[in-house]
Amino acid sequence: MALDSKIPQGPLEKKWQSRKFELKLVNPANKRKYKVIVVGSGLAGASASATLSELGYNVSCFCFQDSPRRAHSIAAQGGINAAKNYQNDGDSVQRLFYDTIKGGDFRAREANVYRLAEISTAIIDQCVAQGVPFAREYGGTLANRSFGGAQVSRTFYARGQTGQQLLLGAYQALERQISLGKVKMHSRHEMLELVVVDGHAKGIVTRNLVTGKIESHAADAVVLATGGYSNAFYLSTNAVGCNVTAIWRAHRKGAFFANPCYTQIHPTCIPVSGDYQSKLTLMSESLRNDGRIWVPKQKGDKRAPGDIPEAERDYYLERKYPSYGNLAPRDIASRSAKEVCDEGRGVGEHGRGVYLDFADAIKRLGENTIRERYGNLIDMYERITGENPYKVPMRIYPALHYTMGGLWVDYHLMSNLPGLFVLGEANFSDHGANRLGASALMQGLADGYFILPYTIGDYFATHKKPKVSTDHAEFKKTEAEATAKIQKLLSVKGKRTPASFHRELGHLLWEYCGMARTEAGLKTALAKIPVLREEFWKNVNVMGEGEDFNQSLERAGRVADFMEFAELMCLDALERKESCGGHFRSEYQTAEGEAKRDDANFCYAAAWEFKGVGAKPELHKEPLTFESIHLAERNYK
Amino acid sequence: MKLKLRVWRQKNSTDRGRLAEYNVDNISEHMSFLEMLDVVNESLAGQGIEPIAFDSDCREGICGMCSLVINGIPHGPERGTATCQLHMRKFKDGETITIEPWRAKAFPPVKDLTVDRSAFDRIIQAGGFVSVNTGSAPDANATLIGKNIAETVMDAAACIGCGACVAACKNASAMLFVAAKVSHLALLPQGEVEKKARVENMVARMDAEKFGNCTNQSECQAVCPKEISVEFIARMNREYFKASLSPKSEIKGED
Ligand SMILES: Cc1cc2nc3c(=O)[nH]c(=O)nc-3n(C[C@H](O)[C@H](O)[C@H](O)COP(=O)(O)OP(=O)(O)OC[C@H]3O[C@@H](n4cnc5c(N)ncnc54)[C@H](O)[C@@H]3O)c2cc1C
Repeated sequence: MALDSKIPQGPLEKKWQSRKFELKLVNPANKRKYKVIVVGSGLAGASASATLSELGYNVSCFCFQDSPRRAHSIAAQGGINAAKNYQNDGDSVQRLFYDTIKGGDFRAREANVYRLAEISTAIIDQCVAQGVPFAREYGGTLANRSFGGAQVSRTFYARGQTGQQLLLGAYQALERQISLGKVKMHSRHEMLELVVVDGHAKGIVTRNLVTGKIESHAADAVVLATGGYSNAFYLSTNAVGCNVTAIWRAHRKGAFFANPCYTQIHPTCIPVSGDYQSKLTLMSESLRNDGRIWVPKQKGDKRAPGDIPEAERDYYLERKYPSYGNLAPRDIASRSAKEVCDEGRGVGEHGRGVYLDFADAIKRLGENTIRERYGNLIDMYERITGENPYKVPMRIYPALHYTMGGLWVDYHLMSNLPGLFVLGEANFSDHGANRLGASALMQGLADGYFILPYTIGDYFATHKKPKVSTDHAEFKKTEAEATAKIQKLLSVKGKRTPASFHRELGHLLWEYCGMARTEAGLKTALAKIPVLREEFWKNVNVMGEGEDFNQSLERAGRVADFMEFAELMCLDALERKESCGGHFRSEYQTAEGEAKRDDANFCYAAAWEFKGVGAKPELHKEPLTFESIHLAERNYK
Repeated sequence: MKLKLRVWRQKNSTDRGRLAEYNVDNISEHMSFLEMLDVVNESLAGQGIEPIAFDSDCREGICGMCSLVINGIPHGPERGTATCQLHMRKFKDGETITIEPWRAKAFPPVKDLTVDRSAFDRIIQAGGFVSVNTGSAPDANATLIGKNIAETVMDAAACIGCGACVAACKNASAMLFVAAKVSHLALLPQGEVEKKARVENMVARMDAEKFGNCTNQSECQAVCPKEISVEFIARMNREYFKASLSPKSEIKGED
């Protein structure tokens, strides 16, 4: 099957303009005849729900938390990019576009990324109008900071809580529509299945997480904005509830899954302290501006950091990357940390950590300056570890952070299943093989505020489909499937908790499909995952009942989906015989140890079609063509 | 560490509920409070006892989902810290720890340690927004906002909506929550136009949801994980007073 990306003709900078004009419209009086289901209330889902409702559509929005305001977007810290060029430092739509596509190692669609950069400025205007309290200069204008992968200052921020403030802006817009009766909100509801009728997405089946009731919801289109799948690795910087269920269930119903192996590992997180650990906490990348990263030169050196003399320390990033030093890009910094730990030179109780040392900066600038710059982060570190970074170096280690892969979508953000749209981290669209800092928030809001509201109208105007109600046989059948799966989970009554299976799967993925991947390792994972999955279905112990508030059951359902998804991720990593961005195959590296792309053979998006659990999925390739830029080797030396 | 836990167990909203005791062992001081509960839940499952239900998501103190009263204090003994960021090193080996849910008429129980806080969402629906549709915004720098104002606004906007303020108040008042949102928006030029209607409607909704009155004990500020100041309550009272002096305003004009 040929994938139609629907990229508009014409010059790059005219594509979105001309497409907006070509799109068919739904007349204002008719919009209220259409109903849209939006699953997810993060930046992407909340912005889409509010905007569609403002336009006149009827919207039903779903989230699994107790309030839409708690979606995982709330945790984003650093900021959001926009090509405002308020700093007059040479920024432009063109430059933001180029930085983003280069950051993604030339594995994203040119037209999508350009549109993202183009829309970025309107996002900031919208958020400010909603009352989002971005940081300001003394004169009252908006402040900016710089972020990785860019030489201009284009990141807007609200202290270390940018995601929170942007989400509250979108949440408030959503609550306003709820009060006007145009959005019906379903909190504490989990989508379990997508319902497809005659090839079109027509609704979902959900579980009410309080009562356990399985319910059907019909609509004219379904939008998934359900976030990323980092938690397949068990430990990540994501909220504990983040999952792959919604997009995986849609994939099982025919939606293609694109580039699942593109995952991002963040170099500066607080290391794992024990088996009980439930998540990893991000320490902002900005710490690397003043902290020096090192490990002992000697293997297994157990001395306290202060007792290790200067000559016996290895400042390995400064040694290997003299010009970028401690500011080497995320993937490079992460891999280097793994290497020194693999050599037995890691620090901390479990040997999986490296020092991030502020001693020199404190000597140079004084403790007060460091406190002013990073006080919040340092306090958070101390709260979690009980150690004082002003006195002893921080210990950090890389952790799973973001997933660039997701459901395949065309330029209209519609999947190959007509009527199914996918927004935010859940789709694969704009970040290629690696996402730059501060661009996920931008993408989520671009998708929800400014892209979907245009493209969904075109779908309605061009596909005049009969209404389908929840009485349709397909709904009954899908409900039965969802119920059967729950019954099955409850009936195993084995010996192991869902969490223990999740932990084991996570270890496996981290080991074989983490920072550095090899053919042998991936094949091992592909042999082990089905065995673990089989054990899961024979030996999982889910306590309690189906018709009840049952967190053990919720967890079990998510783990079951991760178990299926993990195989696809490893397979995609195995088939992509090149290194690019966050996907590092040890066999494919330059003499200096950098990722080596293979543009001749792998310049495509891999879109996988589900063929059954354990059966080999079918690969569809969407070739990436670059009309306006040259593919170059990323060089950060 | 060894601990004795006394945990509120309640099957559902109609069950009366009771404290159950569990002796737990092998707790590391490096665990967060919720990781300790995860470990307890794993072992309960092994003994055929249904795990303890509690809410959490981000586990870094920002989503506002976690909500435990620990030894009588919402979010426990450490100031400015949500339950999920509290660590076991703050407790003593052998200690007895009592864990209960938020208790307030406006937050009906769901199960064990989880409650229904949707009343907060309904208060926001009553006016906690700026009525601006997507696409109609002027350039972001067209309106200047002083750095000091922006900082104060951010102090108020930092509220995570957890409800600890309500749980700490003997009257179960939601004043700090409402005041934080009213102040955030009233201080900004963007929120100016709707400011009278906003405060009136939000306060009316708060009363209708059966939150109690504020008697200025400041318990709310003491437990707030974001240390939001009761000064915002004073500010809201001023906004409310000003609104009451002017002619009746309307907010739900649209559509
Ligand atoms: C610690 C951290 C810091 C970050 N900092 C930044 C930053 O500074 N800048 C930046 O640009 N990006 C940052 N990111 C990335 C960014 O936060 C996310 O990529 C982005 O917020 C995702 O938004 P979303 O709307 O796609 O999904 P989410 O915000 O994850 O929302 C998902 C929604 O879907 C719902 N949902 C999921 N599954 C189901 C289901 N089965 N049924 C019903 N509902 C479901 C959830 O309830 C939720 O409402 C950060 C990420 C992390 C983890």
